[in-house]
Amino acid sequence: MKQDNMHETFDVERIRSDFPILSTKMNGKPLVYLDNAATSQKPNQVIESISNYYRTYNANIHRGIYAIAVEATDAYVDSKVKLAKLVNAKGMEEIIYTRNTTEAINIVALGWGGANIKQGDHILITQMEHHSNLVPWMLLARRNGAVLDYVKLDESKSMLDMQSLEEQLENEPKIVAVTHVSNVLGTINDVKHITRKAHDHGAVVLVDGAQSAPHMQVDVQDIGCDFFTLSSHKMLGPTGIGALYGKFDILDKMDPVLSGGDMIKSVTFSDVTWNDLPWKFEAGTPDIAGGIGFGAAIDYLNGIGMKSIRDHEKKITKYALEKLSGIKHLKTYGLGKEDLERRGGVISFSIDKVHPHDVSQVFDSEGIAIRAGHHCAMPLVEEILGESAVSRISFYLYNKESEVDRAAQAVELVKKTFKVG
Amino acid sequence: MALDLYAEDIVSHYEHPHNAGVMKDADASFHNYNASCGDDITIYLKLDKDKITDIKFKGTGCAVSVASASMLTDFAKGKSLKDVEGMNVKTIIGIIGIDPGPARLKCATLSLRTLKEAVFLYEHKEADRETKAL
Repeated sequence: MKQDNMHETFDVERIRSDFPILSTKMNGKPLVYLDNAATSQKPNQVIESISNYYRTYNANIHRGIYAIAVEATDAYVDSKVKLAKLVNAKGMEEIIYTRNTTEAINIVALGWGGANIKQGDHILITQMEHHSNLVPWMLLARRNGAVLDYVKLDESKSMLDMQSLEEQLENEPKIVAVTHVSNVLGTINDVKHITRKAHDHGAVVLVDGAQSAPHMQVDVQDIGCDFFTLSSHKMLGPTGIGALYGKFDILDKMDPVLSGGDMIKSVTFSDVTWNDLPWKFEAGTPDIAGGIGFGAAIDYLNGIGMKSIRDHEKKITKYALEKLSGIKHLKTYGLGKEDLERRGGVISFSIDKVHPHDVSQVFDSEGIAIRAGHHCAMPLVEEILGESAVSRISFYLYNKESEVDRAAQAVELVKKTFKVG
Repeated sequence: MALDLYAEDIVSHYEHPHNAGVMKDADASFHNYNASCGDDITIYLKLDKDKITDIKFKGTGCAVSVASASMLTDFAKGKSLKDVEGMNVKTIIGIIGIDPGPARLKCATLSLRTLKEAVFLYEHKEADRETKAL
């Protein structure tokens, strides 16, 4: 009810007024921030929640008896409760805070993988993965003598080939790790279907939600995955904090990866008993301010509504794809505007003859922040798309059509500077 | 760093690089790669004792890296190996005529690093720290 109401009144200008950086200038021009797949901007509510913690109730969490320690503990735990609700986990026991998505995946590769992946076992990932969901598995495979397999992309070079998935599952992989949304192509993978297929073959499933959780409703129980990972800084929260969701029974059986304070129940000179979930996996003082800031970010996202955010991004992505497709000598990657249901707000592109770093530099001179490079997905960009690098625009809830227009003007400036066409 | 990075001579060197191509009978050569950009360059040297009599480069990259390679190879022709050993960041900024700024410095210095590594390799010397930091 509340969300439907918000949807009708989705007010970009009001949202923008919450983000102080969006009224600043870069190189003398009003900042147009189109690098949201790398990191998002932060609203005042998040910045103030962090500042407020440090100013008024800074204390270490857990065992403190005094009031501000209790307050800090509550705020940190509350943030997990909020995140558990946001992704529909069964409870905050299933939410482990990490530094970021990368660390969350590493915990699974080291903890679960270290104990369960044996010589000759198969690990299945896809050709679409970010390095964070590729390198930990490559290392695990090398360490334990396992085989790393890849689900291929189909002929469109935009989607996973479901035939390839079926074939690879015949190897009976122990774990399948797949990205929910590609940070290069924007493709939304059918992770529910993939999870079901993988489970049919007895595999455990990890979904990398770094690019999905910030932009759409996520329901880990509906997906059915065993692990789900995300980063706070891509969803309006601070850097330095991310999360690993894991099904209770799996996390419960896993040994911790990092050890020390806070993650134990009791220690003798000869033995140790692990703390309850989720604390078993959080050794040492965590990023308390980060957790609190993340909680404020989740409040902010809920205030707008994930469905409204997704609808807004669909609209602006459609507008951008239409605008860009009309520009000569410019090529976009990933699914087109007719496939918005299967596509997030990430648009990679290249301009004939011009290196993406030069494109990005000209955009910078116009006050527009975009990213250029292999986007931490070198095998995808180089071996599948056949480019050494591409430029990338990525949207969030505060972007508006006039910013797309400015990006399109910058493309014309690139073409003029480099005498394209 | 605004558009002056794309001064006319940088763009024209990028479009029509000098000394581009492979040298089959090179006395010294070195291949280098900038992973963050995907820039890739090989520099070839023809030597007469310690003088560079001819120089070529082959590679792909952004305007800054290709134009720098084009201008550097022009500059290096006729220089001695000792001259090359003494080249540094200031040399390359002087050659291209602008400071590319921290985000693009690696693009500008890739060709110089490659040239110096080719020379050090030819001389059976370990590249010095300054060269490796380019």
